Amino acid sequence: MNMSKKTKNICTAILILVAVILITLFDNDVIGNAYIKRVLNLAAIYAIISVSMNLVNGFTGMFSLGQAGFMAIGAFTVAVFTVPAESIPSIFYIEPMAPWLAAIRLPFVVALLVGGLIAAVLALIIGYPVLRLKSDYLAIATLGFSEIIRIVFTQMQTITNGALGIKCIPGITTMWVPFGAAAICIGIMVLLINSSYGRAFKAIREDDIAAEAMGINLSFHKNLSFAISSFFTAIAGGLFASLLTAVDPKQFYFTLTYNFLLIIVLGGMGSVTGTIIASFIITGGLEWLRFFDEPLSVMGYNIPIFRAGLRMVVFSLLLMILVLFYRKGIMGQKEFSWDGIYNWIMKVKTRLSRKKGGA
Amino acid sequence: MDRQVLGVNDVTMQFGGVVAVNNLSLHVNEGEIVALIGPNGAGKTTAFNVITGVYAPSNGQVVFKDNVISSNYPHGKFRKKYLGEQETMDKYSVVKSMTPDKITKLGVARTFQNIRLFKNLTVFENVLIAKHMRSKANFLSATFRLNYKEEKQNRDETMELLKILGLDDVKDEVAHSLPYGKQRHLEIARALATKPELLLLDEPAAGMNPQETVELTQFIKKIKDDFNLTVFMIEHHMDLVMEISDRIYVLDFGKLIAEGTPEEIQNNQRVIDAYLGVQQDE
Ligand SMILES: Nc1ncnc2c1ncn2[C@@H]1O[C@H](COP(=O)(O)OP(=O)(O)O)[C@@H](O)[C@H]1O
Ligand SMILES: [Mg+2]
Repeated sequence: MNMSKKTKNICTAILILVAVILITLFDNDVIGNAYIKRVLNLAAIYAIISVSMNLVNGFTGMFSLGQAGFMAIGAFTVAVFTVPAESIPSIFYIEPMAPWLAAIRLPFVVALLVGGLIAAVLALIIGYPVLRLKSDYLAIATLGFSEIIRIVFTQMQTITNGALGIKCIPGITTMWVPFGAAAICIGIMVLLINSSYGRAFKAIREDDIAAEAMGINLSFHKNLSFAISSFFTAIAGGLFASLLTAVDPKQFYFTLTYNFLLIIVLGGMGSVTGTIIASFIITGGLEWLRFFDEPLSVMGYNIPIFRAGLRMVVFSLLLMILVLFYRKGIMGQKEFSWDGIYNWIMKVKTRLSRKKGGA
Repeated sequence: MDRQVLGVNDVTMQFGGVVAVNNLSLHVNEGEIVALIGPNGAGKTTAFNVITGVYAPSNGQVVFKDNVISSNYPHGKFRKKYLGEQETMDKYSVVKSMTPDKITKLGVARTFQNIRLFKNLTVFENVLIAKHMRSKANFLSATFRLNYKEEKQNRDETMELLKILGLDDVKDEVAHSLPYGKQRHLEIARALATKPELLLLDEPAAGMNPQETVELTQFIKKIKDDFNLTVFMIEHHMDLVMEISDRIYVLDFGKLIAEGTPEEIQNNQRVIDAYLGVQQDE
């Protein structure tokens, strides 16, 4: 059963309109509060990272675990270049910022793009040797890279302010920034996925030997996918820095990457819409799971396992359950479509009416 | 004189202590259908893998038209471990190995013994992917659809090819949902979409019943003429091989034991002992 094209377009238009109205209402504090807004903004940023990760892991069939590292690059680029000149001395109070660096102040958007480009170049430097190998060493290399970046950032006192991190980053003033950026970044990636290059990525995912026999240069396309993914991950990292207004290297432990892994597995490896939906579910869920980290007392007795860290235990369990029993995620490799929704409603309807008929 | 399209010269392929192909020399001329036969494990697929660049040979050279596509000789630490024929060991001194995609681009296409389709993609996409290699668009122009003319032309050509090969009615089906015979056809269609001059078929009739095999025989003849191909194929169905081959090479334990026309091969005692006789016992 299919819907007409016109109905579909109307549905899509309504969906976009609802989103626009909701964001406007949130933005003007008609609904929600600062906390909810922050969680939603974070989810939009996580959606960019997760879709980028899916580009490599779900669409090209490689296995990268470097998201935290690439995010850190984007985040610190924005932090270093957008923090106001007058705040620099007070932030870098142990060792002053390198003067040449302090002299360069960039607009937010330019800093975002610079961060993206640095990440893409670094991705090529890692990818060029690693992605030539037939076996997939990318996971190990990216995991290592991510930790190296974090440690290097902790050491570069005059650039990143070391372990203290950078505060007073100009913040995001409207929800349109993360949501607009998400729309643009994800939009570009969707266009790429549906282009001739995206088809080549999918061919590599399906069968790399056959893809190569069809004339697809494996090393070039794997590097391309990896570099583009890293570019957008760093852009999202920059947004992340601006959302939090403060960054320090500890935020970019490689465990951060597992959030995105959980998102793409839940959403469906190879599904953009699934990934977006999962970003909001997981980001919201992780906030909700925070109560595990707080002490809990039942009738005056403090339950000992409820303490900082339990959240991550629960989180790991969820990831394991997901991988063991629900590997295809919400969407598998499919995308959200109105036909899918329509068929689903119809199925539920017939099932309900059958029940009634039987009674 | 016939123009040579493919030349395999003294090729040895050694995996550790296993010499899968031992000092193999053969050639395929323009417009021919040549078959490579031999018992299982004789090294036929390995020979194809060397020709298409999946493996670099341990020794020897592969030439396609005027291009050396791979060349190697036992050197360095491999020299001591080399188990192939010794007299050709120092014949080559160049090391070269083109990657499979470059070789495909030169005009060599292949199918696989164990079908390797892009399983979760549609029939149409499976064939369309072959067009990517010759597309001029870079990733930016492709992303922002500045290549829409080229893309449309690629789609039109793909559609046309599917029509010629009788796959247009299943074009939107996912490849793995096709019946087995159609999957074999699709693999050939996909190879043809790369616009090859030389087509390598690895057991195209494997798993087919006699009726399907007859149809496949006609199909191979037809595409050879329609697409101006030279065909080199591995096959076990002797009816098919004897009917369409101009020449046959017989491989046993990695070594060439005979070559000739179908009549010559059918009457060759060595071939009957090593392969044909065994086959008839089955
Ligand atoms: N990648 C490989 N590594 C090790 N041995 C291999 C490899 N590929 C093929 N062989 C060996 O080479 C021999 C020939 O195999 P193959 O070429 O597939 O035979 P055929 O296609 O004639 O049945 C077999 O003994 C096989 O085990
Ligand atoms: Mg074989």
